[in-house]
Amino acid sequence: MNDVATCEQLTAANFKSAVKPVWCPGCGDYSVLSSITKALAMIGKPPHEVGVVSGIGCSSRIPAYTSCYGFHGVHGRALAAATGLKVARPDLTVLVTGGDGDGYSIGGNHFLHACRRNVDLTYIVMDNHVYGMTKGQPSPTTEPDWDSKLAPGGTKIRVFHPLVVALAAGANFVGRAFAGDPNGTAALIAQAIRHPGFSFVEILSPCVTFRPEQKEWKSMVRPAPVEKTDDPVLAARRVMTDDGMNIGVLYAGNRPCYELDYGRSPKSVADLEMEFRV
Amino acid sequence: MNSGNAKTLTAAPKGVAFALAGSGGSGVMTAGTTLLAGAANAGVYGLMVRTSGPQIRGGEAAALVRLADRPVDTLGDTFDLLLAIDWGNTHRFADEVPLTARSVIVGDPDEGEPPEVFLATGARYVPLPMKKMAKAIPGSWVNMVALGFAGAMAGFPQEALEAAVRADWKRGETALAANLAALAAGFAAERGITPPIAVPPVPRTEAGAKQRWSISGNEAAGFGAIRGGVRYVAAYPITPATELLEWMAPALAKVGGTLLQAEDELASINMIIGGSFGGVPSLTATAGPGLALMAEGIGLAVASETPVVIVDVMRGGPSTGIPAKSEQSDLSFAVSGLHGDAPRLVLAPSSIADCATTTQWAVYLAEKLQAPAIVLSDQFLGQSRAIIDPPADSGLRAERLKAEANAADYKRYRNTESGVSPMAVPGTPGVTYTADGLEHTEAAVPSSNSRDHQLQLDKRERKLARFDYGDAWADIDGDGDAAVITFGSTSAAVREAVARARAEGVHVRLIAMRLLAPAQPEKLAKALEGVRHVMVVEQNHGGQFLRYLRGHFDLPAKPVGYHRPGPLPLRPGEVHKAIAEWRKAA
Repeated sequence: MNDVATCEQLTAANFKSAVKPVWCPGCGDYSVLSSITKALAMIGKPPHEVGVVSGIGCSSRIPAYTSCYGFHGVHGRALAAATGLKVARPDLTVLVTGGDGDGYSIGGNHFLHACRRNVDLTYIVMDNHVYGMTKGQPSPTTEPDWDSKLAPGGTKIRVFHPLVVALAAGANFVGRAFAGDPNGTAALIAQAIRHPGFSFVEILSPCVTFRPEQKEWKSMVRPAPVEKTDDPVLAARRVMTDDGMNIGVLYAGNRPCYELDYGRSPKSVADLEMEFRV
Repeated sequence: MNSGNAKTLTAAPKGVAFALAGSGGSGVMTAGTTLLAGAANAGVYGLMVRTSGPQIRGGEAAALVRLADRPVDTLGDTFDLLLAIDWGNTHRFADEVPLTARSVIVGDPDEGEPPEVFLATGARYVPLPMKKMAKAIPGSWVNMVALGFAGAMAGFPQEALEAAVRADWKRGETALAANLAALAAGFAAERGITPPIAVPPVPRTEAGAKQRWSISGNEAAGFGAIRGGVRYVAAYPITPATELLEWMAPALAKVGGTLLQAEDELASINMIIGGSFGGVPSLTATAGPGLALMAEGIGLAVASETPVVIVDVMRGGPSTGIPAKSEQSDLSFAVSGLHGDAPRLVLAPSSIADCATTTQWAVYLAEKLQAPAIVLSDQFLGQSRAIIDPPADSGLRAERLKAEANAADYKRYRNTESGVSPMAVPGTPGVTYTADGLEHTEAAVPSSNSRDHQLQLDKRERKLARFDYGDAWADIDGDGDAAVITFGSTSAAVREAVARARAEGVHVRLIAMRLLAPAQPEKLAKALEGVRHVMVVEQNHGGQFLRYLRGHFDLPAKPVGYHRPGPLPLRPGEVHKAIAEWRKAA
């Protein structure tokens, strides 16, 4: 662990651990990891004041690859664990990392409620439209005609639209990034961290093993042609009608955060006994 | 550690049992709680159990109140009084309110005759025009007439009841005066009945001078948790655990903590794991269905060595079961219901007062041993209210072994002799790590290596197995070559049954277990020295405790089980009868 307790200028290297990733060569998650460490260096809080929380999946391995306090929990529950951490320890900067299966399928309910609760978290989803760790099953963002062993001929189910869902549920910041643009992604993550409330960053992160066609994303993505908005209706209309390849900050709202009220004049435990007395 | 109850069972409690019934909104619950407070003022102890039909609001309801010369945590066998403000569907309470020929039924003649099922017991019917009496005093309520009548029948001074009404009064002075007049009318009516109702007054105790509490098991568990150091709660509402959470929400805010309502139980368990990872002692409360949903998360707490406390207020199961009634049927799930080899702590409070003491202990143990602790309360303990002597503070607090800043060669899951390794709290520099549900090395790096797995499994088992739990693992009373073993809520009925048996010269040892897991076979073996016959008492259909004891402890040959499911609470009389027959057969 390369934690530092000094006020020296932090670099991305300060946020990397010595643990070697399990990912396939060419996986988009390598560059997302690099973008996260760059973003944390920009924020400038030392690693021991940052929590990185995840569930299960390829991208959920990220906490151990950072030098921050990490929590690698169970499948789909990253947002719940992160909410608990942030509410109990508001002084920490808390990031949540995971994939499309973890966040939109098994963890879908937590995604909705994390958006509406608006606890000050940054949720980074590496979306590759496939379950990679279990070797190639369709996820909620997989195209309906994508053929696989588990769903021969495709699921025939329309894709889940995470950005629209996030906007409808009340996320306070919504952005889309592309793993192949590490500097742009790092800048976007840093903005998401700085923005108060629940920030959602969807990153197109190719799975070169099970979705090799995603290598083409590099030539398909483009900066969003319009400035970000603080109007969720406008933002939702835009992301519902674009082709999913516009990257950048798409929405930055100003909803108040989940209130962390820790009793401004704490009483002693003995005071609680009074109400039981007869 | 003290369970809050007398440990020497010399005699059964002396007192009376009243059932105050009526349709929803008739105020019988208020009458019941005020009667209980009046009992405290009059120098006696008491227990109040709420019961109601399946309706969300309205429908029939009854306050079952037992008043006695010592703390009571179980209802008696029969009731001395059934007082109904109206009859509605109160016949549904026939099983819950057993009457005898010595009982009295009080009903308002303008509301019709009492149901045949009650009259058939031979109980004396005393008509009392409660509504007319209340109507004669403008601004008064009928339940105050009922309260006055019941208080007089218990032999309480009228002032004790008046003080209880005043203490909880939230309206104006005019309404108070009217209702005190209604109370007086009810009181006078009881005294005027001829021939007088022959119920011996509840013996007063010197405890009247002492400070005492009126508390429910759910409140006590919440209080014990806060006393132990819990400052973060995440939970999802569920009957019969909700009141515990509703008590904790404002209480936590007062002591600098917080409660968050989660979207489901999957979230609540993972939220408290997150909070505890952050260094704050954390708790959730639920019932069987919620506990089932939490199973994967509890396993994560085991593997990641994150302390958490889960209070399971058990209810009738399986599935949705009987949500508002008691059962001890989550025991098997609590002691063995996680995947993988997953050592955990399971504790059970043996009285309403002990809900505070045992939950406080659970917080201490979870934090000390960096493991999940499940507290098995149940609907009967949780939703009943009792007058108790304030549970003494055991002084046990959350004391987690924490890593120091920049500790040299820090390894989160270091294989220490005790099995407990220092936990780095986020914010501490130089000792960052990633907590993991994946098997890991001592340095917290994910590993599927066989040695790492063996080492960490040994470590997690050892830290619970080697800890010295002291004497609090069970309440043990008496001697003899026969022993009754029980746990949790049913301990109260068994205590009373054993006292009655002893009064008849049948001497049995009582072992009420508080620490259920990890199993302490050596401790039980010592407690069973000289015992040749064992009976295991519990409230579930399958005899889960008996099976658990047979699987993990050495018992004398042919242990006998006495167990039946809810929804009716286990009563002292049936346990007494079972003990008598068992000893006779021996």
